[in-house]
Amino acid sequence: MGEFKVHRVRFFEYMPSPIRAMAFNSRTDRLAVARGDGAVEIFNFADNYFQEKVIPGQDSRAVEALCWVGQRLFSAGLNGEITEYDLENLRPKYTVMAYGGPAWTLSMSTECFLCQVGCEDGTVKMFEILEERIQFQRNHDRQKGRIISLSWHPSGTHIAAGMMGMIRIFETETGSPANKEVVVWSVAFLSDHTVISGDSAGKVQVWDGFTGTLIKTHLITKWDVLALSDQSSLVAGTSEGTVTQFQFLPLIVGQQDKEWVRTRTFKNHSHDVRALAHTETAVVSGGMDTQLVVQPLLDRVEKNTQESALRKIAFPHRSLVCCAKKSGLLLFQFPEHLELWRLGESDGHGKPGDSLPVRKKPEKLIHLKRKGEDHICCSALSPCGGWLAYTTVSSVRLYRLQYNNNSISIKKLPKLPKELCSAHQLCFSSDSSKLFASSKHSSVIVVALGQSECKYLHTLKPKSGYGTTEQPVHLLFVSEDSKWLAAANTGCEIHIYNLNKLKLHCTVPVYSSCPTAIAIHPVTSNLVTVHANQQIFEYSLAQKEYTEWSRKLQKQGLHNLWLERDTPITHISFNPNNQAHIILHDMFMLCIIDQSLPLPDRKTLLYNQMTLRSVPESERLRHSHAFKICKNFQHLLCVSTLEDQALVVVERPLLDIMSQLPAPVRQKKFAT
Amino acid sequence: MVEHGDIRVVHRGGSKINSREPVISSDSRLLLCASGECVKVFSTSTEECIHDLRGHTGLVTGVLLRPSNHLQAYSCSADGTVRLWDFTDGILIKWRSVGKACVCVCTCVCAELFQLVAVHLPQSGDRLVEARELSAVLSDVSSNPAAIAFGRGGEYIVSAKGLQLEVYFFKKQKSYRFSLKENNKKGRKNTFTCVASHPQDDCIATGHEDGKIRLWRNFSHKKEYTYSTLHWHHSVVSSLCFTPEGTNLLSGGVESVLVQWRYNQESQKDFLPRLGAAITHIVVSPDGALFCTSHSDNKITIIQSCVKVSAIIQGLVKGESLSTDLMVDPRSKAMVLNGKPGHLQFYSLQRDKLLFNLDIVQQEYIHQSGLQQFEVVKAAFTASGNWLASVEERKQKDAELELNLKLWMFDEQSQSFVLNTTISAPHEARITAMCFCQSTDSQTTMLALTFMAVDDGPSWSCDFVGAYHSLVPECCTFSADGSLLAVSFQEVVTVWSPSSWELLTTLSQPPGAIRDLCFGKLSCSKYLVGTTANNLLCCWNLLTCALEWSTSMNTSLLLADPLSENMAAFLNVHNVDQIVVFVFKPNEPRPLYSHKAVCSGNVTRAVFAPREEMLDSCEESSQWLNHSQLYFLTQCMDLMTFTTKAEEARQMAASKQLVIDDSIAMTPFHLLLGKHRGQQQQQESGQDSLSAERTPLPQGSAAIKELLQTPAHILPSTSFLCSMFVQSLLISVTDSRSETKHVEEEMESEKEEDSEEEEIESRAVRPPEMARCGQATETATLTKAQVKELRRVKKLDHGWLSSVLDL
Repeated sequence: MGEFKVHRVRFFEYMPSPIRAMAFNSRTDRLAVARGDGAVEIFNFADNYFQEKVIPGQDSRAVEALCWVGQRLFSAGLNGEITEYDLENLRPKYTVMAYGGPAWTLSMSTECFLCQVGCEDGTVKMFEILEERIQFQRNHDRQKGRIISLSWHPSGTHIAAGMMGMIRIFETETGSPANKEVVVWSVAFLSDHTVISGDSAGKVQVWDGFTGTLIKTHLITKWDVLALSDQSSLVAGTSEGTVTQFQFLPLIVGQQDKEWVRTRTFKNHSHDVRALAHTETAVVSGGMDTQLVVQPLLDRVEKNTQESALRKIAFPHRSLVCCAKKSGLLLFQFPEHLELWRLGESDGHGKPGDSLPVRKKPEKLIHLKRKGEDHICCSALSPCGGWLAYTTVSSVRLYRLQYNNNSISIKKLPKLPKELCSAHQLCFSSDSSKLFASSKHSSVIVVALGQSECKYLHTLKPKSGYGTTEQPVHLLFVSEDSKWLAAANTGCEIHIYNLNKLKLHCTVPVYSSCPTAIAIHPVTSNLVTVHANQQIFEYSLAQKEYTEWSRKLQKQGLHNLWLERDTPITHISFNPNNQAHIILHDMFMLCIIDQSLPLPDRKTLLYNQMTLRSVPESERLRHSHAFKICKNFQHLLCVSTLEDQALVVVERPLLDIMSQLPAPVRQKKFAT
Repeated sequence: MVEHGDIRVVHRGGSKINSREPVISSDSRLLLCASGECVKVFSTSTEECIHDLRGHTGLVTGVLLRPSNHLQAYSCSADGTVRLWDFTDGILIKWRSVGKACVCVCTCVCAELFQLVAVHLPQSGDRLVEARELSAVLSDVSSNPAAIAFGRGGEYIVSAKGLQLEVYFFKKQKSYRFSLKENNKKGRKNTFTCVASHPQDDCIATGHEDGKIRLWRNFSHKKEYTYSTLHWHHSVVSSLCFTPEGTNLLSGGVESVLVQWRYNQESQKDFLPRLGAAITHIVVSPDGALFCTSHSDNKITIIQSCVKVSAIIQGLVKGESLSTDLMVDPRSKAMVLNGKPGHLQFYSLQRDKLLFNLDIVQQEYIHQSGLQQFEVVKAAFTASGNWLASVEERKQKDAELELNLKLWMFDEQSQSFVLNTTISAPHEARITAMCFCQSTDSQTTMLALTFMAVDDGPSWSCDFVGAYHSLVPECCTFSADGSLLAVSFQEVVTVWSPSSWELLTTLSQPPGAIRDLCFGKLSCSKYLVGTTANNLLCCWNLLTCALEWSTSMNTSLLLADPLSENMAAFLNVHNVDQIVVFVFKPNEPRPLYSHKAVCSGNVTRAVFAPREEMLDSCEESSQWLNHSQLYFLTQCMDLMTFTTKAEEARQMAASKQLVIDDSIAMTPFHLLLGKHRGQQQQQESGQDSLSAERTPLPQGSAAIKELLQTPAHILPSTSFLCSMFVQSLLISVTDSRSETKHVEEEMESEKEEDSEEEEIESRAVRPPEMARCGQATETATLTKAQVKELRRVKKLDHGWLSSVLDL
């Protein structure tokens, strides 16, 4: 497997923020998740639940509600604004003030392109959705309390509004209230004019929407019912962290009379469930405990398939850590600030598995607060450690770092070329002489870095034409010799640019699944890509074709256990001492692929490191295969090689995250 | 050795009533439950056993109401027969042999026709429907009847076994199987334990080993089935039942709490806690007015639908171990043994009824497995029954043995035992035996072992501590007059004088430790009989201090009849693995009676219970049964006894008579006169004149007794009866002088009158309302007879009448 000195980094105090709202678009199979800090994440459920896009948050934007209209995504927040997002450039497209105080809820009618916002002052405001913007149409009658929840009847003629203590049903034509009272966090308006409400008394109530009469009450918790979502069944999330499913079932088999019956209860959260989405086959829930949980409904999926497994998405599917290989520096990215750390040192030697004494403790060098309201969306540190750059939706900032013995000075470069106004991804060349920033329309801007200034060099663009998308670039990689630049976008395309000629070298054949990590081998200049569906490819840049090894791998197929992992590979690096070694990691394991060894077939044990250790030295070779998997490190955020045969492993144990969350609702447990 | 054909071993009382779920009749008045080889019919309001339905020759394994006729019931038995009874009258209507042993029966109403389904043991593998047109086959069915249920209107049948639930639709002839994972993450067990089906909706409730209840719906789809989970029980759910309207679901388990869940509003539930023992079955009456729970301590609790206990039918409580021996309370003649945890139970063998429980430990019993709690291990009565001694102990793993010796005095006022003295830690080690000195003087001595005597002056104190070669004493006994005490120390029997506490002599017959010791009674009181572990039965003459006789037999149990010279020995015949009983007198080494093949397995406990009325059998072989009856417990805790043919015949007749009584409209006159008829029949059957002469006296009192013992619900109003009693009292006082002379004459005149009455009675077999209408006229015609009857009654029993009046 190769021996490494491992820096086990646990001082990255990454803290994901709680989930506030969710919206599932069944047409595109994408889930939008809004977090407490205003960030919006888009997950592609068709592509192995890959986190495709992240729109960074903003200080003033607290998203309370999310909504899809076709391919368009809208949100409403406590700042009283309705925002539409530009999903290609990963930024808010425009915002419209609702003028009703904080907006609590947002509901779209798919039929008649109307959107309604429930506001603090008790008004329900109706907006018309136009091609490029939304336009205020009218106010409904003003109510006494704030409007907490809204739900459209699928036909678009009525809307139910949950308020402090009551549900009101508005006719969308006239805007006059129809009536009925309870305490409401969430309402759902079903096609048969049934209104279902979840309230702070812990009840899920079924109402007749025509007459306003209560049909049935289900008391499901002592605390609040916070979220409701319906598809073929109804799910309700509670403050206890449980999700309860209700199904519309005939009481007697074969008869028409149906009733809403409480069926299953899932407990996947330790804290409040704030947001729920019901897909065809699963219930997606998220809340205060920051994890996104996909709970498949076993009656809708085939048993024992990948779809039937419970999935928890705890970490973002992209890198928040940047490692300067040559100088042993780590850059941690938070929404609000950046932290620069110097790794500790140790001069001890020990057997494999020993932990070495630390001679010099890791040291925090810089705590850099970002400017402006927008949250940091991407950051980069040059390999020499001399340059630091970060970008928000609105601006890019570049800093020059200088180290004098123990002191460190940081200087912002005052003038940046105007082409470099915003970027989705940043990357420095290995000799730290160039900065690459991905920009709109999948283009990459190349900037030359001088001693104290920078100069715009070129904009690399993919060939526009039939079949190309204009999705944002989410991965950038520069080869060791600074000859090649690989850029992958969420449209699954990977473009290779020749940096010497500053032009497009080739485009890797488009694979159906989105790449999650790319890297170019320093010696052979082969591009290694790993995709959301866990497939691995190796592409020769010189020959412009898949390598022999890659073909062999595809022919033989990957091991089932490898394919069944539910977290994507987020980093690829190479062992500088052995060019056959590719180092990969996901959240739960670290894997070294040895290309010189035979590939495992379906029957061999994939996780065989322990068994290998027990067989004698002579026989090991016969038993070993290409995939060497190490599970010593868990909850990995980053694994990177350093120059001196050392490995940096950044861990963030989930327990640490848990312990920093606010206390959940106290519950009496039996026998405690 | 002589075998006696007319004595046989029978089950008499104390059998399990909780083995199968009971059945409540459709009017909620009667409760039927399988009890040993018969079906018992109880009244739900008075807890009284009305009659037994006898006829099966194997254990009854299920009772069911006939859906098409609510006055009839089916019962099935391990003997492979299914019988149809008219349970109000106790008449066997028809029977049918199934061929294989039925384990349980389920029925359900299905329009006009009914189905009778017999589930066979798994080895036959099939479920056989003996119905007119249906024949369902479900293989691999659990042997637990609680794991099978019929669905709404009999359209489907649900069966659970292990981790699999199977639903079979009769119409579609299709079955669906749903299985659960063996364990979830937390190591809980998902095994099914019981099922119940909603009477109106398609909803199945299943109970699980981890205490969860799942409600299954939409089970007519292979994939889209769904279930919701209810969780209150902390361990196995042993029974589930829906109320007839389906509004409530009842569940019970080890916690001995009945939980009532609202259907569809499962967060609301009612509890009925402290039911005494783990719930094994729950049944609801067809009109939903009564619930009924069977408990592991052989008890049936009847609960009103407002979740209030209304009656408790308690059978003989048989725990896993019977550490106190079987004893007989000299006062009540009841059998006494460990009952509920921490209690002594007093069980009337004659009436097959639990009289009362005496709380010895007086601590709350916690219903949780694996807890070490105080248990009653020894108990002893004085000969007069005035004193009761009890020993309770608790042995925790690491802690020292905790022992309490309690002495209870009988309190005439409250008619029960009252705690007099508690001696904590009387010995350091376990108490091996305990007995009272049977002397008549006020100084009663009680002895417990590891050899200590306790004395009763004004208070109980330790009188003497003795030891013999620091050996552990095994058993002890006092002679009949209380002048001698024999204690065995391994192979040695020591004889002590209780007055001076000196060692008088030692007797020894090595090798082999002494197992049992008995002094002879009455004419044989000079003999001491002992058994050794080395297959010897020895008889010592205490006057000569020499071995009188000994014989080699492998005796497992030796006991003496307190009312006669007889002793009984239970022998283990090794190669046959069966038990032989010998009855003998100590003065001669010759068995009076022997019975081979009493039962299989070891006899652990036995007792001579005195009879209420003496038998006057003159046959030599059955004479030993005249004074007392020998009861014994087999290895599987069945209570058996010996009975003669004559006795059985008498009992049969008595039970018949009772049955007829019940079938006729209940008027107070009938109760009095029905006896006359019975008596007349007896006279006609040609008994000798002597017995006929003797019988009137007890017969009359028995009639009144019957009147008092008859369940209250079938008696007319008390005001009516009261005037009758008062009237009888007045008449008897005026005639008391002449009545003795008149007995003969009355008897004869009665005969004539009885024949008239019989005619009236035969007319009187009609609906009760009509009988009641006719009451006034009947009173007029029958006054004369009644007066005579009551006159006789008065003469018999002054004592109780005065006590009745006191009340």
